[in-house]
Amino acid sequence: MRKRKPKQTDLGPDVFPGMTDAGIGSDAPDDLYDTDGFPDEDLYDYDEEDDDLTDEDLYAALRRGEDDFDEDDEEEEDDAFDDRDDSYAPAEGRRRIRDSGPYLFISISFALIFLLLMGHLVYFNLKMKDEILNSPYNRRQNAQADLVRRGRILSSDGMTLARTETDDEGNESRVYPYANEYAHVVGYTTHGKSGLESIANYQLLTSHSNIIDQIINEFLKRKSPGDDVVSTLNAGLQDAAWSALGDYRGAVVVLNPKTGAVLAMVAKPNFDPNTLAYVWDDMVSDPTNSQLVNRATQGLYPPGSTFKIITALTYYRLHHTFDGFDYECTGEFTIDDLTVHCYKGAVHGVEDLTYAFAHSCNTAFSQLGLDLGISRLSNTALKMLFNEPMPIELNASRSRWQLTSDSSDIDLVQTAFGQGKTLVTPLHMALISAAIANDGVLMKPYLIDHVQNTSGDVISRTKPSAYRTLLTKDEAEGLTTLMEAVVNEGSGNELSGRSYQVAGKTGSAEYTKSDGTIGTHSWFIGFTNPDDPDLAFAILAENGGAGSTTAVPIASSILRSYYGE
Amino acid sequence: MYLLSQSAKYIFIFLLLLFAIRDYTFLIKKDEEKKKRILGSQIRVLFLTTLLGFSLILLNSFSIMNAFLLAGILLYFGITLVCYRLIYPRASMLLVNNMLMLLSIGFIMITRLNSSQGLKQFIIAAGGTVIAFIVPVIIRKLRVLSSLTWLYAAIGILALLGVLALARISGGAKLSISVGGITIQFSELVKITFVFFLAAKLSADISFRSVAVATAVAAIHVGILVLSTDLGTALVFFVAYLVIVYVATRRPLYPVAGLIAGSAASVGAFHLFSHVKQRVVAWKDPFSVYDTSGYQIVQGLFAIGAGGWFGTGLYLGKPTTIPVATKDFIFAAICEEFGTVFCICLLLVCMSMYLLIVSLSMTIQNRFYRLVSIGLGTEYAFQVFLTVGGVTKFIPMTGITLPLVSYGGSSVISTIIMLAIIQGLYILREDESAA
Repeated sequence: MRKRKPKQTDLGPDVFPGMTDAGIGSDAPDDLYDTDGFPDEDLYDYDEEDDDLTDEDLYAALRRGEDDFDEDDEEEEDDAFDDRDDSYAPAEGRRRIRDSGPYLFISISFALIFLLLMGHLVYFNLKMKDEILNSPYNRRQNAQADLVRRGRILSSDGMTLARTETDDEGNESRVYPYANEYAHVVGYTTHGKSGLESIANYQLLTSHSNIIDQIINEFLKRKSPGDDVVSTLNAGLQDAAWSALGDYRGAVVVLNPKTGAVLAMVAKPNFDPNTLAYVWDDMVSDPTNSQLVNRATQGLYPPGSTFKIITALTYYRLHHTFDGFDYECTGEFTIDDLTVHCYKGAVHGVEDLTYAFAHSCNTAFSQLGLDLGISRLSNTALKMLFNEPMPIELNASRSRWQLTSDSSDIDLVQTAFGQGKTLVTPLHMALISAAIANDGVLMKPYLIDHVQNTSGDVISRTKPSAYRTLLTKDEAEGLTTLMEAVVNEGSGNELSGRSYQVAGKTGSAEYTKSDGTIGTHSWFIGFTNPDDPDLAFAILAENGGAGSTTAVPIASSILRSYYGE
Repeated sequence: MYLLSQSAKYIFIFLLLLFAIRDYTFLIKKDEEKKKRILGSQIRVLFLTTLLGFSLILLNSFSIMNAFLLAGILLYFGITLVCYRLIYPRASMLLVNNMLMLLSIGFIMITRLNSSQGLKQFIIAAGGTVIAFIVPVIIRKLRVLSSLTWLYAAIGILALLGVLALARISGGAKLSISVGGITIQFSELVKITFVFFLAAKLSADISFRSVAVATAVAAIHVGILVLSTDLGTALVFFVAYLVIVYVATRRPLYPVAGLIAGSAASVGAFHLFSHVKQRVVAWKDPFSVYDTSGYQIVQGLFAIGAGGWFGTGLYLGKPTTIPVATKDFIFAAICEEFGTVFCICLLLVCMSMYLLIVSLSMTIQNRFYRLVSIGLGTEYAFQVFLTVGGVTKFIPMTGITLPLVSYGGSSVISTIIMLAIIQGLYILREDESAA
């Protein structure tokens, strides 16, 4: 790349009158630099004393051979350079830099980094933008609401769970056709946002409709339609869970153990998101009101006998089998000041671990806990998401594991059969079931199946991803056998003999009511079809009594509806 | 109003795209008549952009001051363009056009964010331009410039040591000195002396010993800057050093060795200095340190994302939520309201500036002048890369301004003077070859 002769346009009259054109185009005085090979010093000294005349000489000299002597200076004896010198006879257009290589190289390098920057900007807009804007820290989203009409939230089977209606005057209102049924999981948009309305806020306020339409809309100050969010929630299953839970306070969580898709999430009591704005102040000012609490993810309950899964798993981890544990249940187990009874005064007699698990024998698990010890039990529990944030975008409580090395034997024994100070959320128990069903691998639970624009084109789809391996495949299979025994011969017997196999664990968790009397929460957790699991669930009915009397029938009703019996 | 801003954003994009394309056709075109026409059309785009931008500013927040500011800016552009043609007809008018266009975009964005800063920026730019007109004369008269090698090094190191002392006293918060209400950032001045030193040293002698001495002095500069937490400037110096050494010696081995040494030094700095580590962490996952060092970059990314391809339109975004929006993060603010497409055009203009400077340098015969010219140009280009890359999370944020566009007295003046020096050297070269 040779530079051309300087352009003519800008060549006006000489600004510096001292400058003449002498020396230009004339033969360069070779002797100026050939003598010592390095004439710069002399030249510059000269320069200072006598301005104009020397300038010309200097320039002429530089023009002729500056670059040459740069090289000569280093490699005077080099023949190759001499040859090149010959090819550059002093002549008229010798005003260019002889070797433009470095210039070309740095020009290309810098052009390249600039192009990289531009490429990065394009990439940012195409790929990174959505994820970044969706950050909960982003307070700009709400400005989008002025440009985009909030999209709909749909169930996976096409039901509208939330939509925005605009009246003739342009006032918008958010409508929830199912009112209370999806209150917690779909959420609300008054007084902040919750549930899917919060998780999918960015997608709902982003329009991927035709770009031309969007530009036209912008000009007409008309709102573009936001994208629709299709949730993983199955309206049929949600209906079944909703009616099965009936008037109980509590929660039902159902998910697909193989993907982590949340299929149903019911929590009672709840609220009507359509009218929430009117009752908000009353609700918030009443400290005893817990309608806004999503019991499925935020409710903390003693796990009751469902915790025996963890205790049994700890035994398996120690012995690599469930065999070898034999115990005679007399209906009573005493340690220090504590006497443990089996539920409703049952006496189970001589039993192995499977029998004790299936019939939920408290005395056997008290002994088992004592045998295993605090540290083993703690190890297992802490690897099962206790004291950890739940891997879900909804607001969820951490389950609490409060057994420490300082805890007493009484605490240990109570914890081992599910009482004590341990507290869990229904979501957590559903995730444990799901992990057992899925060969020990917990899939990350998610609520958004895909996002589509108003024409139904899919914009993005959630890819199921493994969250963590909670237990080994062997351990999962072992526990499945125990949980199948619960249904086939134990406390979950009501669910046996169906067209689908159920594996589960009941729980009857005692708690102290506000009036000081003892109440019992009814639990049932588990999954269906262990060979190819399709549902994993956790059911909790507050003060519902024994697991088998309330939670199991609720499960039964949900499963009957789902499997179409 | 809304409609105006909406349509204006597309016009802005169109105008800047036109301007950028003209930059490149100018570099390719040989016909002098056509070149003249290109320059004319760029000047029209410059005035249109300025008028449109300030019309929106006046419509949205009318104040007498802003009206005067617009008049002042138009007058300043006009006078600058005319004066260059009268006094330095051999100057590169393309370089002048580019400088004014970038200043114009800066004026619009800064005034929109903070109108008193806009006014200050204008006064400083105008003042800088007055100085810029004297620079070619100084260069012409001062033939000794190329022999003051050690004076440059002394000034540079002393000034940087002053900054370091200041940074130490103020806990790294202050990198500038305020004298009578004017903040002077010494590192901006040293940018010039640093290049002069390297050019003087290496134009006189490119023996290994000379290169080694130059390297040692450059390393002292860069080291002091790293210690005073001014990482951006340190990197700018380092890259300018690499380019000057490469151009002077024509030996790729030097810059390659320099790059390797530089990479090793960066890794060392990462482990040694917490402030370096912090920047890298904030770059890798700014959300993980949202409350501290990640906050700025996250707000910048929100702004760029909110703008999307075409921007929100002037006054329709929320660039005021970005910290230091008029300075280090002005690129994010421009992205938000003018859009990514506009910003890509802006980068094209910056890139053409550099290519233009390189091609101007190539026609300069005097080694010293040529090295100065290429060195200053490189500092400019790499500073653009650092600030834009940092704001867009392409590279770690180094806390450096976008030359000519960002608000900041020292930075604007030093960039205008740097360009004036390049012009001066170019004019001189035109003098030498005037036939």
